[in-house]
Amino acid sequence: MPGLKRKDILGLRDMTTDEIDLILNTAETLKDIATRSIKKVPTLRGKAYCTLFYENSTRTAKSFELAGKYLGADVINVSASSSSVKKGETLLDTARNLEAMGLDALVMRHPAGGAPHMLARHLSCSVINAGDGMHEHPTQGLLDMLTIRQQKGSLKGLKVAIVGDIMHSRVARSNIYGLTKYGAEVWLAGPATLLPTGFEEFGVKVTTRVEEALEGADVVNVLRLQLERMEKSLFPTVAEYHKFWGVTPARLKLAKANALLMHPGPMNRGVEISSHIADGNQSVILEQVTNGVAVRMAILYLLMGGGEAA
Amino acid sequence: MTILIRNGRLIDPANHIDQLADIFIKNGRIAAIGEGLKDNGVDKVINARGKVVAPGFIDIHVHLRVPGQEYKEDIRTGTAAAVRGGFVGIVCMPNTNPVIDNVPLVSYVVNLAREQGLCKVWPTGAITKGSKGEQLAEIGDMKEAGIVAITDDGRPVTSSETMRQAMIYAKQFDLMVMDHAEEKAISAGGAMHYGKVSSMLGIKGIPSTSEEVQVARDVLLSLETGAHVHIQHISSRQSVALVRWGKQMGARVTCEATPHHFTLTDQIVADLNYSTDTKMNPPVREEADRLAIIAGIADGTIDIIATDHAPHHIDEKAVEYQDAAFGITGLETSVGLTVTKLVKPGIISLAQMVTMMSTRPAELVGLKAPALVEGAEADITIIDVDKSWTVKAEEMASKSLNSPFIGWELTGAPHATIVGGKLRMLEQQVIGE
Amino acid sequence: MGDPKAMLMDGNQMNRALSRIAHEVIERNKGIEHVALVGIRRRGVPLAHRLAEKLKEFEGRDVPVGTLDITLYRDDLTELASVPLVQKSAVTFKLPGTCVILVDDVLYTGRTVRAALDALLDIGRPSVIQLAVLIDRGHRELPIRADYVGKNVPTSKKEMVEVHLSDIDGEDFVALYDLP
Repeated sequence: MPGLKRKDILGLRDMTTDEIDLILNTAETLKDIATRSIKKVPTLRGKAYCTLFYENSTRTAKSFELAGKYLGADVINVSASSSSVKKGETLLDTARNLEAMGLDALVMRHPAGGAPHMLARHLSCSVINAGDGMHEHPTQGLLDMLTIRQQKGSLKGLKVAIVGDIMHSRVARSNIYGLTKYGAEVWLAGPATLLPTGFEEFGVKVTTRVEEALEGADVVNVLRLQLERMEKSLFPTVAEYHKFWGVTPARLKLAKANALLMHPGPMNRGVEISSHIADGNQSVILEQVTNGVAVRMAILYLLMGGGEAA
Repeated sequence: MTILIRNGRLIDPANHIDQLADIFIKNGRIAAIGEGLKDNGVDKVINARGKVVAPGFIDIHVHLRVPGQEYKEDIRTGTAAAVRGGFVGIVCMPNTNPVIDNVPLVSYVVNLAREQGLCKVWPTGAITKGSKGEQLAEIGDMKEAGIVAITDDGRPVTSSETMRQAMIYAKQFDLMVMDHAEEKAISAGGAMHYGKVSSMLGIKGIPSTSEEVQVARDVLLSLETGAHVHIQHISSRQSVALVRWGKQMGARVTCEATPHHFTLTDQIVADLNYSTDTKMNPPVREEADRLAIIAGIADGTIDIIATDHAPHHIDEKAVEYQDAAFGITGLETSVGLTVTKLVKPGIISLAQMVTMMSTRPAELVGLKAPALVEGAEADITIIDVDKSWTVKAEEMASKSLNSPFIGWELTGAPHATIVGGKLRMLEQQVIGE
Repeated sequence: MGDPKAMLMDGNQMNRALSRIAHEVIERNKGIEHVALVGIRRRGVPLAHRLAEKLKEFEGRDVPVGTLDITLYRDDLTELASVPLVQKSAVTFKLPGTCVILVDDVLYTGRTVRAALDALLDIGRPSVIQLAVLIDRGHRELPIRADYVGKNVPTSKKEMVEVHLSDIDGEDFVALYDLP
């Protein structure tokens, strides 16, 4: 019987291609539910999960919420601003209390890398990482891979350029771990102060010249620039960033004519990406969002669908 | 109490001793050394056949957490961990609450240790008042009260000029300045070594340069002032090179390495899946750093082994990695790791181990080194160098269990610890009053 | 699986049973103008296609054929240690105004058909739903009956009916086995 032989989804680094294939294939099937007129199946009826977000999020939190609702699960949403975190409760206590209410899964976003790993060790319910600090954002990585796979058929041999603040990006890391498993050629481009150390050892190419990364690329994934990085002297001004690393129509022409343009959102238009191309015909940015719901449905189904894990 | 240690291999390189003999202990001193000593009327006979009898081990880098943080460790549990680990004496750090920066606090620790301690305890004092890095603490006064060195461990002195004046001032009292070398502006916010593993795990890194720039500063200041500076828990290859250069230049610089820095690399954080028992400062770094530390131990650049025993309550560790307290316990695994990682592979001899864990640590802090000679105070560590054992949390004597080595199989264990003629540990069992 | 304890149908008998069902469909629906077939994964799908061929042979017109995966509607998911693979349903024709004939290989407890009814109704609202099965082996747990049956076979609950189809298994036959 197929199925994920794991309790938690923490990151793509430790997942096999068989597991990723299962998730992506299931997502492709479940995507139909989200696009038909009756967007609900009873599969997870009687199951409950919680989205616990210690950072603001619209896209990911709502996508997880809808994904569960489409599958018939009950979902509660907790955000740090309204929770007992403000009263000084530890993360572990908050999570244990939520679990004690009978949850089958906990979907968490947290600013500390490794926070969901800690919870996974201490909780018996499934823990799904919805972004941990600058570590991983596995569902974003999966939805990006699903989008690329749908458009390009396969990931093998594709040149994928990831552009922007790689150092602080969990999206970049999950993409790197996922894509390299399938033999994609991953390029990272950004200012030297925003490039992580040592990534060449994971089989990716790293450059400070965005043109080099875009040249002949099949996919261009543009990351959001966190403007607060300026205060820590990691780059001087938005204008200089745009001049050297912004993905513009002219730079996108360096990529293949049928290259896909992706962005995990929310976009800073005119900073890391130009509006003309963000809304242009190479953009699959909204397709990413649609696939995000499907990927999250797949994960919720695969983790919560069965009975007691074998 | 009289003790007879039978048939041990006595190793004390400072006194040119490496021989099979018995040791008879009476009135707290070594009364006789020789073959076939009589056991008539002896209170306790320890069979040391096949074991190494060494001058007592001293750890000059221990966080005893007294005063103020007795929920992590106290005098009793800290010294129990020490004797269980084979140490007859420990030097404790002043980054307590409040900071040990004055005579009453020094006296408090000295007196409490005399009443409750299972081994000897020598405090250190802060370099500056409150370890704030501004005004010098009453260093001379504290020396009279019993400190054996000054240190800013945990809260490094930022200003090079303050450090320079502290060295000049401490030198006249013949006190060593121990430095936790860390440029906080570089390391701020970091939680593990800055490198490919921190990149992979998405944890803010602590670059090696945060230590190296301070080591370079300290070496240069020592050259200028002639003061004795001691680099604590050296962690990077460039730091080792800087100390080596400083020694060649004639600087009075010494340094220590911890068992975790010569055993682990940053990969442990990934391997233990963000376990906060892998979080310490300075962090364990890369294989090249670990090998440079081992080379430094082998060629004498690194003078001694010290543990940086840093107990923390579980509540301070069962949190997000970036929020967890820095530090791991070390007293009870130091001998095992040193034998397993340095002696058994032939990097250092048993004699060098004794020098690095007993004689030299004592000398550095100006104490009379334990010795296996008649008339000397009976501070003795007996080691079973061939014993294989497993590190078990439930057997630890420390109040805290924050060790990444729990579950490890080690070779070489402390067999007995004799402090001032009193048997304080035998076969891993701590012996109280 | 061990050897079959009884052969229930060979290839020829299966073919004749499907022909008969096709005639019954035509007769009961007065032609096949508004008829569509929906096979329930997995063995209902090739059976639906075979029925469609028969209908075309007899009536000279194509009927739409869809497939239905009932995994998401199963009522026993929580009984399973690991969830089954979800596969696509493909019902591309309009359901309102259509008589949908669900096709499956074996009718047993009725739970699969219940799930299929729910799955189909979530896709759209057919005017009529009928049920065609190759084998009805009894032991219903829900008030469900088939409109068209290839063969009624009395069985015990300790037995298992396996339909083998050339499209999937290389050969057409139906056999009875003892449960392991």
